[in-house]
Parts: sequence; C-alpha cells; structure tokens
Amino acid sequence: MRELRLMKGNEAIAEAAIRAGADAYFGYPITPQSEVLEYLMAEQPMERTGMVVLQAESEIAAINMVYGAAATGKRVLTSSSSPGISLKQEGISYIAGAELPCLIVNVVRGGPGLGTIQPSQADYFQSTKGGGHGDYRLLVLAPASVQEMSDFVKLGFELAFKYRNPVLILSDGVIGQMMEKVELFEQQPRVTTFDPAWTVTGKPKERERNIATSLDLDPYRQEKHNYKLQAKYKAMEENEVRFEEFDCKDAEYLIVAYGSSARISQKAVQLARAKGIKAGLFRPITLFPFPKQEISALASQVKGILSVEMSAGQMIEDIQLAAAGKVNVQHFGRYGGVIPAPDEVLEALELLISGGSK
Amino acid sequence: MNLKDIIKPENLVYSKTPLLTDNVMSYCPGCSHGTAHRIIMEVIEEMGIQSETIGVAPVGCSVLAYDFMNIDMAQAAHGRAPAVATGIKRCWPEKYVFTYQGDGDLAAIGTAETIHACNRGENIMIVFINNGIYGMTGGQMAPTTLPGMKSSTSPFGRDVATMGNPIKMTDLVAQLPGTYYVTRQAVHKPVNVRRTKKAIRIALENQKLNKGLSFIEIVSSCNSGWKMTPVQANIWMEENMIPFYPLGDLKVDGELVKK
Ligand SMILES: Cc1ncc(C[n+]2csc(CCOP(=O)(O)OP(=O)(O)O)c2C)c(N)n1
Ligand code: SF4
Repeated sequence: MRELRLMKGNEAIAEAAIRAGADAYFGYPITPQSEVLEYLMAEQPMERTGMVVLQAESEIAAINMVYGAAATGKRVLTSSSSPGISLKQEGISYIAGAELPCLIVNVVRGGPGLGTIQPSQADYFQSTKGGGHGDYRLLVLAPASVQEMSDFVKLGFELAFKYRNPVLILSDGVIGQMMEKVELFEQQPRVTTFDPAWTVTGKPKERERNIATSLDLDPYRQEKHNYKLQAKYKAMEENEVRFEEFDCKDAEYLIVAYGSSARISQKAVQLARAKGIKAGLFRPITLFPFPKQEISALASQVKGILSVEMSAGQMIEDIQLAAAGKVNVQHFGRYGGVIPAPDEVLEALELLISGGSK
Repeated sequence: MNLKDIIKPENLVYSKTPLLTDNVMSYCPGCSHGTAHRIIMEVIEEMGIQSETIGVAPVGCSVLAYDFMNIDMAQAAHGRAPAVATGIKRCWPEKYVFTYQGDGDLAAIGTAETIHACNRGENIMIVFINNGIYGMTGGQMAPTTLPGMKSSTSPFGRDVATMGNPIKMTDLVAQLPGTYYVTRQAVHKPVNVRRTKKAIRIALENQKLNKGLSFIEIVSSCNSGWKMTPVQANIWMEENMIPFYPLGDLKVDGELVKK
C-alpha cells in the first residue's frame, strides 16, 4: 500500500530515519533544519522502533556521539546547517579516518560566518573536497525534492555501510523547508548483527579486540591506510555516480545544477525551449563522486555550459575540469541567501549564448 | 636451588592481568598512567566483564591506551571522549562504558562534553588523570597546573592574574545532579593504588545499577613534564598537588560528602 504524505523536507528526513531503521540520532538546533530534531522528539521513535534521539550540547558533541555509536556498528545520523556543519568537521574527519559508517545532513544556509538563515549552496567545496583536515571524501547526495530527502536517507545508510564511510546529504533551506507530497517507504528493521571484523561491541574470548581509531603514528602504515581510503573513493567514482538529465539529447546549451537550483533551472530550460533555444539540464545527484564522464561527453556535444548554483561559483570548477576546455563554461548564481528566479537563469543562458559574460 | 625451582605455578603470588596486552608501554618510567591502566583492567577481569566493556581513549599520552588495554575501544577526538561514550552507551545501555582522559582533554578542550555528560547523568565511568600538565605535547600548562608552577608555556610559573586559576573539575562535577559517585584518588603508593582500585570497582558496580555517572580523578605525576626524576615527582606531588587537590570521596550514592 502506498503511503503518501504532505511533508517538509526536514520532516521527511526525520521520518525516513525512523523508517530506515536508524538506531540513533544526535543533533543540535539550528535554522533552517531544527524540524528534524523537533519531529523526532515529537514522534518518540524509542516507542516506535527503539531508536535513540538525543539533543546534544553542541554540534561537536553530536558528531562525536555519532562517532561512538557508529564505532559499534549502529545506524546513526546527525543533521545541522552550515555553521553547525563547520563545527562538526573535526569529527567527520575522524569518522572518515576510522572508516565508520554514518549519515550527515546539511540543510545549507547562506554564509560566511553566521550569514543568514536563508537557503544557499555555498557549502559545495566543504562538502565535496573534504571539509575537515586530511585526504578524505564523503559520498555526497544532493536531493532536489522532499521525496528525495526521504529516499536518500535509506540510500545514504546503504552506501555508508557498503563503503564504511560517512555519507552527506547536501540539501538547502529551500528543500528543507518546503512542503511536498512524499511517498514514504516501509519501515525497515533495525540491524541486530554487528560485523565482528570491526565493530566495537565488547571483546568476546573468540576474537581479537576491535579498535575504532584514525591514529597510526607510523607514517608508512598511515600512508598505506591512506592508499586504502583512496582506493575506496575510486571505487565510489566507478560505481556510485548518479545524475538525471532533462532534454539533454538534442541540447545545444546545457545547464548544470543540483538541488533546488536544478528545480529552478528546469523551469528555465522550459522557458528557453519555448523561445526556440535547444537547452538541456544536467542534474548531478552525487556531487562526490561527480559525474565527470557524463559532463565530459555532453561538453563535446553542446556549444556552452551554464553552471547554476546558489553560490559565487563552486561546482563550476568541477564542471570545467570535466569539460577540459572543450566548451565555454560560465557560472550564474545568486548568493547570501537569495534564490534565483527562472527568468534570471534564462537571461544568464542567453548571455552565454550571445558570447557575453557577467 | 636455582631460578627454575622458584618459578613454579605454586609459588606464584602475583601476575599481570591478561586484560593488559604484552605491548611495551609507551609511558615514561614512573608515570601514573601505567598503574591506572593496570588497576582498571584488573577490576574488569575480576568482575568478568571484558566482553561487555567498551573503553574510550582520549588524545593525550594515553591516546594509545587501546594498545595496552585488551578490550574493545574507540579512540576519541581531543576532549570528546564523554560524547563518544554517550553515543556508545545510549545505543548499548547494557554494556559497561568508560572514558580515560587527561586534564587537558577533560578540563580544557573537553570541558563542555565533560559537564554535559555529567549533567545528563550518563551511565558511564570517567577516569580523569590529573597530572597538572600536558604530557603528550611536551609539558605545556594545563587547566590544572598549580599557581606558580612552571611549564613550557608558563616558564616563569603560572601567573593566575593573567593565566587564570587551576580548575577543580572534580569539585565542579560533584555539584551536578547527574553524578552519582565522585572521588579523588592517587596511585603513587600501594595504599592509594588499593583505594583507587576500590573506587573503580564501585564505579562499575554503579553502572550495572544504572545509577548515573561515576567520576574518578586520579592525581597523577608526570615526571617528564615536570622535569623531575620519578621519585622527586612523587614527593613533589605529595607536597604540592595533593594539598591543592585533596584526596577522598566528594559524592557517594548521589549525596555530597560533608566535610
Ligand atoms: C584539536 C586538538 N588540539 C590539540 C591537540 C594537541 N594535543 C595533543 S595531546 C594534548 C594535551 C594532552 O594533555 P592531557 O590531556 O593533560 O594528557 P596527558 O598527555 O598529560 O596525559 C594536546 C594539546 C590535538 N591533538 N587536537
Ligand atoms: S609525558 Fe608525563 S604523562 Fe606522558 S607518559 Fe611521560 S610521564 Fe606519563
């Protein structure tokens, strides 16, 4: 039986976490994502599934609670918005280094600093290039609808455990706050078995002790560990690229956008088509791994690419790398919490077509 | 009679607990960390709870505690051990969970995590090694460094007017309703080792009964950081540290001990 509900993106994250069989959520309030914690507290998941929900004293504490729970093999998540995600970075780096699975949700707001509580996509670099210290990557999923907020929680946990790596859902204030119809997936059971190869659950006689750590003072062993991490990120690049295309088949001009910018750009593509411009939209769903090959192929086909992002231009660097100089790539963005309108995107596209730039 | 005649099982009076590994300890000779490790592991062995115990190692000299303690462990970011332990304990309420932390870890960078884990009454044991200095990084001033005490970042002695006063974390957490057992001990003499071991046993027994947080400070020496011989360090500790951080129980069975 299909279960449809009208929900906010943040509420969908929370409901999906319970349904995905999450064991624990640790978080700290911050706009525009506080509904995640509020929904979970109101829903009393301990009664529904036995899931733990705790309001931590800070984002730092929350991510380290995640680290502890993840070390024991539990399915655990946290959510926050930009300033809070910045605070979590040390913990995220430890989680990546110790190879622990977990889910992190960033409902991005405008920065830098305290910035604004309005939507933004200016955390792209932080999300896709590492964020904290050291050579590591998160697997980054970018939902463009409330439906995907729900679906990506389930997918995120699957990928986190597949790779023993933190997965980030990179959302923004638009997707977090807007209400849409969601088809909820069925309740999944909570895990009851814990991989004896690595989970820290108490050492029985029959196995060696397990240790969750990112430390190895021997540089040669640490380098080896880094090789292993890099091989894992490479496997993600080979297996986990996800994207969506609209009107790309015959496109002469391409817009690349993710998340809420993709929604806005889709409208811009329709407006362009109505004017006789053969425009298409390419929406990366995974931002790491980035759909390099697909963009590279499209770069051979089209006459120009417009990167649309609510930032001063971050994703454009990855598009340019993928396009490798084959075609002109320009950025259009509003930022600081301002959301672009479809006609502004169209205008930027027409500017690109006419050979101009801003 | 030769050595072989003496080394016989029936003559055995003491042996290392199998809950300590055979790895060579990285601690300086004379350091309190080794003794503290040993008695924690002895209590876990005596209680037969190795398979139900999860330890959390800090950042500090004891970052490698997991090399020596033969139990499952998680290594935490600097100061965050109480948060890591919270994450573990909330998911595994039936397990025994403890943190092992130095004073820089627990009383400087991790102050918030310490206070809030105590205040929430997490059912864990916190073992707090107070050696009044940052051992790991080479002897810098700690939040617990005594007034006038020299360190590499207070080379003329801790000037409380500009560097602040040493913080008595144990007194502070005893005030919080979430703590059930709060005590300050030492391990520089056999009698103190015995008392500290007893305190660890009480703390873990409390955990079994879900009584709240047990907090055990161990006033410790760091002869390397203090630039002393181990013997000098113990004497200095007794003459200077212990008068400032007096030993004894501060809170028992959830009640403050009247002085
Ligand atoms: C975020 C962060 N800041 C600083 C350090 C460097 N650091 C490592 S150990 C330490 C102090 C440890 O002192 P203490 O907790 O007293 O333990 P001890 O070494 O004396 O046992 C510091 C500052 C670090 N590892 N991480
Ligand atoms: S530096 Fe100090 S605390 Fe660290 S091992 Fe040596 S004596 Fe112990």
